[in-house]
Amino acid sequence: MSGLGNAALDHLRDVLERPDLSGTRYDLVEPIAQGGMGTVYRAWDRELARDVAIKVVRSELADSEIAGRLTGEAKILAQLEHPGLVPVHEVGRLADGRSFYVMRLVRGQELDLAALEVRTLPERLRLYLKILDPIAYAHSRGIIHRDLKPGNIMVGPFGEVLVLDWGIAKAVSTREAAGPAERTAALPGATNPGAVLGTYGFMAPEQAIGGSVAVDHRADVYSLGVILRTLINPAGSGAKPLVAIIARATAADPAARYAGVGDLAADVSAYLDGRPVAAYHENLIERIGRFVSRHQVAIGLVVAYLLMRIVLLVFR
Amino acid sequence: MKKPVFGLILGGVLGVFDGLSALISAPETAPGIAGIVAGSTVKGIITGALIGWIARRLDSLLLGVVIGGAIGLALAGVISVMQKLSGQPPYYWQIMLPGAILGMIVGYATFTHRERKVA
Repeated sequence: MSGLGNAALDHLRDVLERPDLSGTRYDLVEPIAQGGMGTVYRAWDRELARDVAIKVVRSELADSEIAGRLTGEAKILAQLEHPGLVPVHEVGRLADGRSFYVMRLVRGQELDLAALEVRTLPERLRLYLKILDPIAYAHSRGIIHRDLKPGNIMVGPFGEVLVLDWGIAKAVSTREAAGPAERTAALPGATNPGAVLGTYGFMAPEQAIGGSVAVDHRADVYSLGVILRTLINPAGSGAKPLVAIIARATAADPAARYAGVGDLAADVSAYLDGRPVAAYHENLIERIGRFVSRHQVAIGLVVAYLLMRIVLLVFR
Repeated sequence: MKKPVFGLILGGVLGVFDGLSALISAPETAPGIAGIVAGSTVKGIITGALIGWIARRLDSLLLGVVIGGAIGLALAGVISVMQKLSGQPPYYWQIMLPGAILGMIVGYATFTHRERKVA
């Protein structure tokens, strides 16, 4: 083995890792993404003659609780029917014993790449609002994502936004999703209380210290605040209301954050429409400036009318 | 409120003020101010209703402002011609230019007005 180069070793590893799809209606095409608990492959559905994505648990984790978590992810996704969430077609176990599930093949770009093509701040904020919609829906169904970051958000060719990788999502009751959570639901592969799951830099402080039981939907609000910060920089970093929105969403104390994703969306929409945002108390000059900016065409026309009247009066 | 109704009301209200402004811009018209205000109000109502009707079929704010200005200009022109035909001194620019801008204001407001749907 010592004679093998790194490339040959990687190839060997890939071949060994390749899932055995015999007994299914799918043909393996290529790996397209690698996650903590599994690999996502592009595959060909022979019966329906279409591309699909298959997420397969990594071979060394096949017998661990991770396998149960993959099934749990599929069940969570199957419960959530929303245009911003990837539909699951099938779940099961391969001939090699590894758990898998089949979902729609998502085409597009990850959020941070897609955002590079969105030049203006309003366009970026409208894109951001599309992210909030499926998350708000998931919260209304008692599901929190816990790993929201640009890498888990895809922007499709038609501008549609899909939130992916619900591998560490947590199910709480809908009552808890609207308020502080007190328990973790007994889903297959549910996270052990105390385990730190998520992505540093995007996860909420209460999530980072491993207090899994105390984490509720406001952890997602925190992550969404961080995503907003990355999305609007540098164009919107000077806008005080936007800075205030981010500050409220990413407050260290969950109680100081927006109570829900709907409230965050309402504030971003208000900023886009030139209305006051709940997170920022503006002074009189700022209020007048916002009013003028919002109604500049109407104000311009009224001023033009008055000027016209004055000119006609002077030169009558 | 539906766009034609909104345009009609806004056009009428602005028409009243536009007519009253004749007291400042042309004080010699004071004896006939009631007729001027009535004419201006009717012009505003027709302008607003027309713009409202168009706004329900068109989705371009710029076109809305332009069409509003054109309708305001045309109706004010008709009033000027009617003045001339009735033997009164015609006020072409004094009526037509403000009329056009008022039409643009009504066009902008009506096209940006959001109709609330009754549940």
